[in-house]
Amino acid sequence: MKKLSARRRHPLAALVVLLLALAATGGLYAAFAPADKAQADVAAQSLAIDEGKRLFAVGCSSCHGINGQGSSEGPSLVGVGSAAVDFQVGTGRMPAQQPGAQVPRKPKIYTQGEIDQLAAYISSLGPGPIAPKPEQYNSTNPDDISKGGELFRTNCAQCHNFAGQGGALTKGKYAPSLEGVDAKHIYEAMQTGPQNMPSFPDSTMPEEQKKQIVAFVRHTTNDEPNPGGLTLGSLGPVTEGLFGWIFGLGTLIAVAIWVAAHTTKAKKS
Amino acid sequence: MSSASSTTTGAAKPSSTRANPANKWEAAADWTDGRLGIYSLAKANLRKIFPDHWSFMLGEICLYTFVIIILTGVYLTLFFKPSMAEVVYNGSYVPLKGIGMSEAYASTVDISFEIRGGLLIRQIHHWAALVFVAAMLVHMMRVFFTGAFRKPREINWVFGFLLLVLGMFDGFFGYSLPDDLLSGTGIRFMEGAILAVPLVGTYIQMFLFGGEFPGHDIVPRFFTIHVLLIPGIMLGLLVAHLILVFYHKHTQWAGPGKTEKNVVGMPLMPVYMAKAGGFFFLVFGIIAAISAIATINPIWAYGPYRPDQVSTDAQPDWYMGFSEGLIRVMPGWEISLWGHTLNLGVFIPLMIFPLVLVAIAVYPFIEGWITGDKREHHILDRPRNAPVRTALGAAWISLYLVLLIGGGNDLFATHFHLSLNSITYFVRTGFFVVPVITFIVTKRWCLGLQRRDKEKVLHGRETGVIKRLPHGEYVEVHAQLPQKDLHTLTAHEQNQPIELPAQADENGVARKAGALTRTRAKLSRGFYGEGSQIPKPTAEEHHEITSGHGHH
Repeated sequence: MKKLSARRRHPLAALVVLLLALAATGGLYAAFAPADKAQADVAAQSLAIDEGKRLFAVGCSSCHGINGQGSSEGPSLVGVGSAAVDFQVGTGRMPAQQPGAQVPRKPKIYTQGEIDQLAAYISSLGPGPIAPKPEQYNSTNPDDISKGGELFRTNCAQCHNFAGQGGALTKGKYAPSLEGVDAKHIYEAMQTGPQNMPSFPDSTMPEEQKKQIVAFVRHTTNDEPNPGGLTLGSLGPVTEGLFGWIFGLGTLIAVAIWVAAHTTKAKKS
Repeated sequence: MSSASSTTTGAAKPSSTRANPANKWEAAADWTDGRLGIYSLAKANLRKIFPDHWSFMLGEICLYTFVIIILTGVYLTLFFKPSMAEVVYNGSYVPLKGIGMSEAYASTVDISFEIRGGLLIRQIHHWAALVFVAAMLVHMMRVFFTGAFRKPREINWVFGFLLLVLGMFDGFFGYSLPDDLLSGTGIRFMEGAILAVPLVGTYIQMFLFGGEFPGHDIVPRFFTIHVLLIPGIMLGLLVAHLILVFYHKHTQWAGPGKTEKNVVGMPLMPVYMAKAGGFFFLVFGIIAAISAIATINPIWAYGPYRPDQVSTDAQPDWYMGFSEGLIRVMPGWEISLWGHTLNLGVFIPLMIFPLVLVAIAVYPFIEGWITGDKREHHILDRPRNAPVRTALGAAWISLYLVLLIGGGNDLFATHFHLSLNSITYFVRTGFFVVPVITFIVTKRWCLGLQRRDKEKVLHGRETGVIKRLPHGEYVEVHAQLPQKDLHTLTAHEQNQPIELPAQADENGVARKAGALTRTRAKLSRGFYGEGSQIPKPTAEEHHEITSGHGHH
């Protein structure tokens, strides 16, 4: 340090300090700047968009138009966002099999990679709801189940039933069962409001509440062993009545017939 | 029997003063008899004869499920808190933790999850209630289709009908008690129906709920009605119903040796004591097994009632399902007059609801009036031998079923992939059309069966043996029915339509029949005239055919 300190008044000292400072700044910048990564992302993104566009042209454009602008057969996809694509294609609803009152859920035909590419293409058409990340829909707080239950009964149960079993809407439309639906897809359905469902954007239902609803739905449709025995579909008193008539009264009448058929016989003299 | 071994000192003396009872049991019996007169009761009733047929045990199913409901209901009242005070749940059921609810709901959740055996008892109580009302309806149909409601049993028919209606309403009140989302929706439905009553509706609503819906009074009030008022009335009616069964004696099917003046069957003691006692345990066992297997009314899944929440599949228990159907298919008509709204969309169904029930209740009196039959009937009709009655009953059932479909229209839509609207239109049309079609089909079906009976009596049964005659013709050999079957198939009476009185009396003075008389004669022709029954074969016809030349 003495040596360094002795030369601090050297004519070139300022130059050396300047060089060191520049090197440090440049090095730090080189180390932390996202320049390269950003460039790579953009490349991957544009690749995904290109791939997505190709997939779209083959699988979707006949109804949604060659540029996703929509046609008489299908709506415009400008501004629906990646969440809508991930939901519709990820649950197998799209591509649709046939026109009808409602497009049903069916086994998906694209891989998640392809779905992401399609989503990238559609999001490039215009901004819309973005597909959620796992921490947005995976709840770790056990209190979320009961809070979600309250929210579910207020906002969802009138169509999807108290246990998420679904229900009828007008003219052949229906609220589908939520059994076996991925947490991500439940979340996306709330974001985007597919088909006849109203949408619940973050402005009316904050992210936290969506997460709680997802926690309740997952709990009530999947994890819970029913305390009372067979659920009979969790469809309320109609199936209970049917079960009571057939297996309750039906069994009792069968037993009555059996009892009446086995009677004491008069002694034959 | 003890009376066989006992000695009596004299006919005039009461039986309790017998000398030297043989043992302490006989002494105890003597002591009781001196105070309650059990000997004469036992003598009159222990050997009472009951005929044997499975359909006569439907009433027993009702009785036993009623007993099961009372027993389990008493257990539930020990833990249920009929209060609408607000509490926050902190029990073991995670999805309800920290949620505000009424004490009624919280205590029902506790019965389900904290009380030992509570959930099973709850489920037995509820399953037994469903089966109870179902058994009452089937029992009533048995009585209807066999004509067992005829004199002298009309009053007992009415008692039975009242039991059915009270059972339905008590079931509804019980369903309303836990204050879960489903039951609260049911109460809201009922409130809406009350409000739809013109003029007095709002006053009745305020009186019943002690203020605006939901208030704090409705659960405690329904509790009193559910556990005290209606069961008390039902118990009284039930006893009266059974006393009348004993007093009238049981009806029986036609058969050799069975007349209007006897009862052929087995004695109460020991045969029916054993059978009925055993059957009680079978009923209890089956209901308990069902309750252990299948959930009913999972109130924990419904969540607590809040007026701003509702779930789809909000239906009443099945016995109120036809009223739900009436409401669901009724167009939402409204009339607004002078600032008041008459809600016909609810009020009309509310008026049809009792009419559907009363239609079946008054039938015995209508049939009695049409036939003018004042005799007692203890031999049952086979349903085919009363085609118009059977067809009317079938039409009533079809109407009931159409309304049930209307009440469950959403589930029919989702499970059969139909349009909810189409089902509603079907039910609206079916309400008027299906009973008519059912009536026509059933009547013709009965007549077809009557023809078949006639054919069997006259020509015997087909043996399946094919014979070739010498000239080459093939014939099937028919075997004559045994005498006993011939009797059974021809034992029924065939009513003749009543005639209008002569147009002029013996002095030639014109005598016009009143409108009522003419209606009655017309109805009577419809019931018993040509085309409403096939004349049953007579002994002469039978003799002529069987004595002659073979079977064709």
